[in-house]
Amino acid sequence: MTTVLQLLLEGERLDTAQLASILNQSEAEVSAELERLQAEHILLGWRPVFNPERAQGELVRAVIEVRISPEREGGFDRLAARISQFDAVESCYLMSGAYDLLLFAKGKDLREVATFVSERLASVEGVLSTATHFMLRAYKEQGHLLLSPTESGDKPAVSP
Amino acid sequence: MSDPSQQFVADHVKGLPRSGIRDFFAIVAKMPQAISLGIGEPDFVTPWHIREAAIFALEKGITSYTDNLGLLRLRREISSYVENNFGLSYHPEREVLVAVGVSEALDIALRAVLNPGDKVLYHEPCYVSYSPSIVLAHAKPIAVATSAKDAFGIDPEAVAKAWEPGCKVLMLNFPTNPTGGVTERAKLEQLARFAVEKDLLVISDEIYSELTFEGEHTSIASLPGMQERTIFLHGFSKAFAMTGFRIGYACGPQVLIEAMMKVHQYSMLCAPILSQEAAIEALKNGTPAVEQMKEAYHRRRDLIVRRFNEIGLDCHSPKGSFYAFPSIEKTGLSSIDFCKGLLEAEEVAVVPGTAFGESGAGFVRASFSTSYERILEATNRIERYVEAVKG
Repeated sequence: MTTVLQLLLEGERLDTAQLASILNQSEAEVSAELERLQAEHILLGWRPVFNPERAQGELVRAVIEVRISPEREGGFDRLAARISQFDAVESCYLMSGAYDLLLFAKGKDLREVATFVSERLASVEGVLSTATHFMLRAYKEQGHLLLSPTESGDKPAVSP
Repeated sequence: MSDPSQQFVADHVKGLPRSGIRDFFAIVAKMPQAISLGIGEPDFVTPWHIREAAIFALEKGITSYTDNLGLLRLRREISSYVENNFGLSYHPEREVLVAVGVSEALDIALRAVLNPGDKVLYHEPCYVSYSPSIVLAHAKPIAVATSAKDAFGIDPEAVAKAWEPGCKVLMLNFPTNPTGGVTERAKLEQLARFAVEKDLLVISDEIYSELTFEGEHTSIASLPGMQERTIFLHGFSKAFAMTGFRIGYACGPQVLIEAMMKVHQYSMLCAPILSQEAAIEALKNGTPAVEQMKEAYHRRRDLIVRRFNEIGLDCHSPKGSFYAFPSIEKTGLSSIDFCKGLLEAEEVAVVPGTAFGESGAGFVRASFSTSYERILEATNRIERYVEAVKG
């Protein structure tokens, strides 16, 4: 049976009434399911997908590679959680390979991101090194092609 | 006064009706804002890895003719795909022909086997080209009506009743465009026995077979004694969302493939090589994408069928394809009037059932190969329209 989660994962924007209609459930059932997904931290929030080239003005985005020292209890978790607290950090992942944490960070200009890295991030005890890469241009944002979006072309509105 | 050039048009072509779809398309084309459930092709774009294979081939300068039968590499892939998915074994060098879509494969199959005056049994409502293709091969089409009470599967008794001396071919297409009907195995077995008894050749168009939602798809060619009297047609348009590539294939006994090849080589020479390269990639690596698309269609089917029934337009649940075929009889309107009225009042396009043959009267075809939002909005509008019509 199709679930609310499966429908949400398909990515189409649907309100509760539409979800209910598709799933043949009552709106109350769908609402309860959405609440459960949120309560269990499966669904974390709702956010539109913007074209960063068009919608976010002069916002600067960067990815930051961070090496940190693991701790005897909890490994990387405590430091990762702490670093994740900063507003400048949009996402934070533990990675395999040459560094430990990969941050997606944002700031209103280059200086703001630079200040965050040098004064806030690098100074956290346990952070061994950082490498910051500024984003120059976006070509694909969360599955959406920006430079060459798929076109429907001249597909006829009625065909056999 | 009629155009004097008319005299040059062949009689059997003059006699062909214009496709009902074309007429309706002309009306819809003037209303670009309308929500269309009239599209007979996947809403999905061809998966990137398949498009990329065509681009790569073009970059490498692969722009030549191919063997008339198609690239042997492709025929090998087809042979193993058909074996794995349909349990049918065809020799890639002698029993497989790559064509420009199933449309061409069907055309050359009919032209290769029919003598003037031969008769062909086919089930209706059906794809728009079946009857005209038979006429263009100078043969006589004999329609066997399928009905909603059988969920548009074919009734072997009705085929036996329609049979008359001179029948040479039985054409099948399950799941069916426009009804989504399938025929259960027991009835296919009955049909197979009938085909043997009457010495009929079966031409089976299996283009929607991957989009079977319930149960296993069975090809009539896989039933005992049938492979030697069946031309199995299949293609890439629907399952792999490759309509514009125009690529399909025929598998069958060597003698029949050889005969089809003669027609094909003198009319088409070969299918476009870039499409053949894309098709190889589709067969090698396309199955996960097909499964994903099928799941998406399945969910949409459940939604649209339920909505039609809620609205009061009786709709069987199509077991395959991406078409719903609800009855509009309760509105008291003809199929074409229903469609024109709906388009005018609510700007929703569905296709009149009569575009698919006389037995489509009282029905419309609604494609659910579109977004949930459009299906919801379109069915809401249809509901409003039906209520207004009923007064």
